[in-house]
Amino acid sequence: MNFRNVDRRRFLKTTAIAGAGLAMPTIFTSASRAQEFCNMPTGGSVTFGFSVPLSGPYGDEGADQLRGYELAVQHLNGEGDGGMLNTFKGSVLKGNGVLGKKVEFVSGDSQALADAGRATSNRMIERDGAIMVTGSVSSAEAIAVQSLCSDKGIIYMAGLTHSNDTTGKDKRRNGFRHFFNAYMSGQALAPVIVDAYGADRRAYHITADYNWGWSQEESIVEATESLGWETAERVLTPLGTSDYSQWLTPVANSGADVLVLNHYGNDMANALTQAVQFGLRERQANGKNFEIVVPMFSDLNAQAAGDAVKDILGTANWMWKLEDEGTQAFVRSFGQAYGHPPSQSAHTGYVQALLYANACERAGTFNPEGVVEALEDFEFDGLGDGPTLYRGGDHQCFKQVLVVKGNEDPEDRFDIQDVFQVVDSEQILYEDDKWGGELGPIRSQC
Amino acid sequence: MTFYKTRKDLLYLAIFALVIVAMPLWLKPFGAGYPDLMQRFMIFGVFAIGFNILFGMTGYLSFGHAAFLGAGSYAAVWSFKLLSLNPIPALLFAMVVGGVFAALVGVVSLRRSGIYFSILTLAFAQMSYSLAYSVLMPITHGDSGLQLANTDPRVLDRLFGADGTLPNLFGLSMHGMYGFYFCALILLACFYFSMRLDNSPFGMALRAIKSNQTRMSYTGFNTKPYARTAFIISGMYAGLAGGMLAVTDPLAGAERMQWTASGEVVLMTILGGAGTLLGPFIGAVIIKYFENIFSAFSDAKLNEIFAFLPDGLQDFIVMIVSPFVGEGWHLTLGIMFMLIVIFLPGGIMEGCRRVMKNLRRRSSEHPTRRSQLKPAE
Repeated sequence: MNFRNVDRRRFLKTTAIAGAGLAMPTIFTSASRAQEFCNMPTGGSVTFGFSVPLSGPYGDEGADQLRGYELAVQHLNGEGDGGMLNTFKGSVLKGNGVLGKKVEFVSGDSQALADAGRATSNRMIERDGAIMVTGSVSSAEAIAVQSLCSDKGIIYMAGLTHSNDTTGKDKRRNGFRHFFNAYMSGQALAPVIVDAYGADRRAYHITADYNWGWSQEESIVEATESLGWETAERVLTPLGTSDYSQWLTPVANSGADVLVLNHYGNDMANALTQAVQFGLRERQANGKNFEIVVPMFSDLNAQAAGDAVKDILGTANWMWKLEDEGTQAFVRSFGQAYGHPPSQSAHTGYVQALLYANACERAGTFNPEGVVEALEDFEFDGLGDGPTLYRGGDHQCFKQVLVVKGNEDPEDRFDIQDVFQVVDSEQILYEDDKWGGELGPIRSQC
Repeated sequence: MTFYKTRKDLLYLAIFALVIVAMPLWLKPFGAGYPDLMQRFMIFGVFAIGFNILFGMTGYLSFGHAAFLGAGSYAAVWSFKLLSLNPIPALLFAMVVGGVFAALVGVVSLRRSGIYFSILTLAFAQMSYSLAYSVLMPITHGDSGLQLANTDPRVLDRLFGADGTLPNLFGLSMHGMYGFYFCALILLACFYFSMRLDNSPFGMALRAIKSNQTRMSYTGFNTKPYARTAFIISGMYAGLAGGMLAVTDPLAGAERMQWTASGEVVLMTILGGAGTLLGPFIGAVIIKYFENIFSAFSDAKLNEIFAFLPDGLQDFIVMIVSPFVGEGWHLTLGIMFMLIVIFLPGGIMEGCRRVMKNLRRRSSEHPTRRSQLKPAE
């Protein structure tokens, strides 16, 4: 550096500026220290953060999930008809907000991506003072936001995420999942399809080439092989493929008589539609009717696949056609508010918001330490899934799983599937350390 | 060697530093004064400034720069896992990985220029993305992302008895404001380096490549080493930015390598002004601002903003504006990008220059006023 012509005046000026610059950080850090836990609500309201994809391939499901959250906030604040608040057994919610504070919310577009999800959650935590973050439509996003919230001392209530990892190897003490997972899908679906199609089948798997696809394929292969099926071939396809013809052509001559599509979202809609267009369903193989199975069904994607969904078996977390009290109350108030039946994405969001609020109310505090304790091993009923346990060992909900079937003769575009069978939660139970991982400590400090 | 070449450069740097350091103050009214977003401004600023060295100065349009960003992120997270939670080794490692990766890609891609170069880099980036997504699963952990775990070896930390579970600079948390100032320092250093590079004979050679590579080689220069060095430097910048992403938020996912991320940095550079020093940074700030703040505007928020209008008019305005905010932020960004490319091909920096020129011309038209404005002797 050139110090040759530094005079007194210039020296003073420079040091003053440098000093002010260096002192600046202290202004912003000192004020935020005096709280018991991160984003402790002080006024008459408490803020929830809803991080859902509003753009990209999962935008529709994200938007519907957000509707579920908005409805939950209304019901928590005592507006509207109360929905499932009236049927929720195990609830101490009074419909006057949470712990007497009015519930407000902020939302953001997570684009179903890990980075964008973390950015949007960070905004809600750091700027808007969200006490809890919830929502997701992809597992990548859910896992990323879950670990972020855990680092920041915030509770995360996962939305739609079906990978085993969310509450398996990537589980966190601050994160909770109500949605079911790939393993449960396999365990629930295998006996039903073996029963429906016979025990001497050869299955051909076409699988999306990423974590979720693999775990889905693995669980179906494991469950069906134990019941006598053989696996003819397992083929991986890149995510985001629009033309499946090169993978579908070999299926016809492979000696297989069942095609299993381990895909989700648009990929599922594309693959299924093309498989049906290929005439696979009219084929005979090994003297039997050729069948197609889609283990994980999203109701919104099923709408996209249209007629191709007819008669196809798959699993779902929840469906608006269930006849229990909770489901009916929820479908009624959702329909009144938005004019169409809720998707399972909206349902899981709504339920998660209620469960969190109820845990705060039971714990008597918003402090994550109390909330985690209140949620672990919490048993409840009346939220549309029958009796449910929030298992403390991995923060996963255990409840019934639906096997759904494409409707032969749909009345409108929401009438696309029917409940084929309700599988009891005992059939899908597994050990909480099945995939390793550790919950770690509860974090409550920013 | 002196710290600065001209007084103007020094002034430029000083003003830039002041603006950066005071960001928490002046960004607050815009709803962007929180650490995570400001960190992102810094990080993508570094990324765009580095990209500008290749695209703006040398004229090679790379469509695969996100691959280096992603590689840098993975490198940094692995450094956290294996060595230490200190960001310094992580960033160095990220830069080295970014640079080496760029050198490898450069060997093949730089054999061609123009659109062929762009396509080659795009192909490499998509290849890296697919590899990271599924094939290299043990290194990248696929779509669920590479994360820290309490069971990581962290050899150096264990050796010196340092504890903590998140990246920290000798105990200083890299979350929050300290993380922002750490990133700000790196951005300033990167900005300074690119300024010096721009002023150097090497920078001149890069500009010569941009204006006419054939003519330059006829004058006896071998252009290849220059282009290759620019590519590697720019790859190191990207690696560093990727490392910084991991420092402030210890997670690395394959989506960072996707072509959309590569396209984003091109947009940033063009929006701000390719070939200028400050332009890419401004572009990065604008795009990240749109992505994070504009996307969060809901109808309720709009109603709040326009509450001063009479009821009917308020509803009408909200109805018109709402498709452009919230999930419609891409639309606004797209329109803005089109307007800028059509009317200001040199980006926002060209806009600034035109305004300045206009002001200067106007003041020279009034000689009396100009003499009044002269500083007292």
